Amino acid sequence: MGMLRFSRKQLCIPYAVFLLCFVAAPLLVIIYYAFTNGEGQFTLENLTGFFTSPYTIGTLAYSFAVAVVTTCVCLLLAYPIAYILARSGWRQKSVIVLMFVMPMWINFTLRITALKEILTMIEGNLAFHPFLNTIIGMTYDFLPFMILPMYTTLLKLDKSLLEAAADLGADPVQVFCKVTLPLSIPGIISGVVMVFLPSMTNYVVLDMLYNSTYIMGSLIGSFFSAYDWHNGSMIALILLLIILVFTLITDRYTEEDTGNRGGALL
Amino acid sequence: MRKDQMRKDLFGKIFIGAMLLLLYLPILVLAFYSFTTSANIGSVHGFTMDNYINLFSNEELREMILGTVLLAFGSAFLATVLGTLGAVGAFYAKKAAKGFVGIMNQVPVINADVVTGFSVCIMLVVVLGVDKSTFVPLVIGHVVLCAPFVYLSVVPRLKQMDTSLYEAAMDLGATPRQALTKVVLPQIQPGIVSGFALAVTLSLDDYFIASYTKPATFDTISTYVVNATKGSQTEIKTALWALSTLIFLIVILVVAVMNLSGRKAGEKD
Repeated sequence: MGMLRFSRKQLCIPYAVFLLCFVAAPLLVIIYYAFTNGEGQFTLENLTGFFTSPYTIGTLAYSFAVAVVTTCVCLLLAYPIAYILARSGWRQKSVIVLMFVMPMWINFTLRITALKEILTMIEGNLAFHPFLNTIIGMTYDFLPFMILPMYTTLLKLDKSLLEAAADLGADPVQVFCKVTLPLSIPGIISGVVMVFLPSMTNYVVLDMLYNSTYIMGSLIGSFFSAYDWHNGSMIALILLLIILVFTLITDRYTEEDTGNRGGALL
Repeated sequence: MRKDQMRKDLFGKIFIGAMLLLLYLPILVLAFYSFTTSANIGSVHGFTMDNYINLFSNEELREMILGTVLLAFGSAFLATVLGTLGAVGAFYAKKAAKGFVGIMNQVPVINADVVTGFSVCIMLVVVLGVDKSTFVPLVIGHVVLCAPFVYLSVVPRLKQMDTSLYEAAMDLGATPRQALTKVVLPQIQPGIVSGFALAVTLSLDDYFIASYTKPATFDTISTYVVNATKGSQTEIKTALWALSTLIFLIVILVVAVMNLSGRKAGEKD
């Protein structure tokens, strides 16, 4: 190896440098831009501007509304699916689970195109129900992300606990509410994380379904196309903070390795 | 009691079936109409393969598909090399270095892709003045997106690895490099392969990072589709139905092959 003694840990230098240059540095750059104005002077105007302008606050509220409703709809659909699949004795159940996950590997813009064509056929003009269509689109896009972690959690659930509860006199409703549901919380939380945050930012779904209202994702874009890096960076930073807080809160409840973003099956 | 059980099972089957139907209906309807002359769903005309012929004869579409695939494999390759080296290095590194790589690796994972794309673009294009048409911002953006997932799929393999094997190889006279390539690498290989596959799918599915970092004249499938839905060219629109159908078939094929080969490997064990 010549003059330098080869050491295993040196292998991480390229990746560490890469992370430093293209993950850490860009974050510092947007923090800098978020707290400066066009003249490069320090300012809090972008921050106070965000919380005082009805336009940006309205966008934040709308994003939350979309995310909350999408998450609830996904939960209500995905929990029964995961529950039935995990509890069933069907021989082909791993194939069925795979079928629920498979759409994730088709480009999402093509899937939304397909959904759009169907919705157009049913509704005629998509512009009449922008919020409803957005929820349908988001649910269609994110449902598999909700099913998978809940299925994994429910599958691991110790069946003897359910039997014990039943033996001790709990009726099926009580068994579900007092045993199954509390024990499936880690799966539910991972599912919520994987649906809630993307539905606050995935503006392409709204765009493609002709919903012209902005959500947080499109708000960044609107400042970006107006060459307003400062306010754009502030929105990005606020979004990042929301994500960070959300992740820190939910991290305590989730199991360590519920693979994110479709990695679980690979 | 048994009757009750059977009724429950039947209800379950119907519910699951209905959900699968809802999930696949749009894709299947689009697939059906991609073989017709109709440009609107609901009105049936004759059978045609024109959409598929257009998909491959239209230069713009062909370049877009080829570009997307090249970008996906290229950035997945870079991400796999970086992520794997990072995971192996960090595994043996001191606590501080390990912590830094681990935390920084988590940032693109939890971050919204819009923010990742925006911040990479602001730094490279706005601050450093890198020209988007060089593809450098786009490739870097996609490697930022993918490498952390490669890292995350290699790390569990390293943790499962029998560490004494490395020491044994060294005792038997292997150089550190030989010990790494002949002992460590084969043990973490499944993690590297699945990391690469995940990286390819992430890059193929990305819209947000590409929209901030791509050259103006270049389109990935995602950015192209989003633009095409705003346009009024029906020929392009129906050719994209054909593309969606083809991708659907490829996904089925890959899943089937993976499943069968996985089953065979399972039988061997």
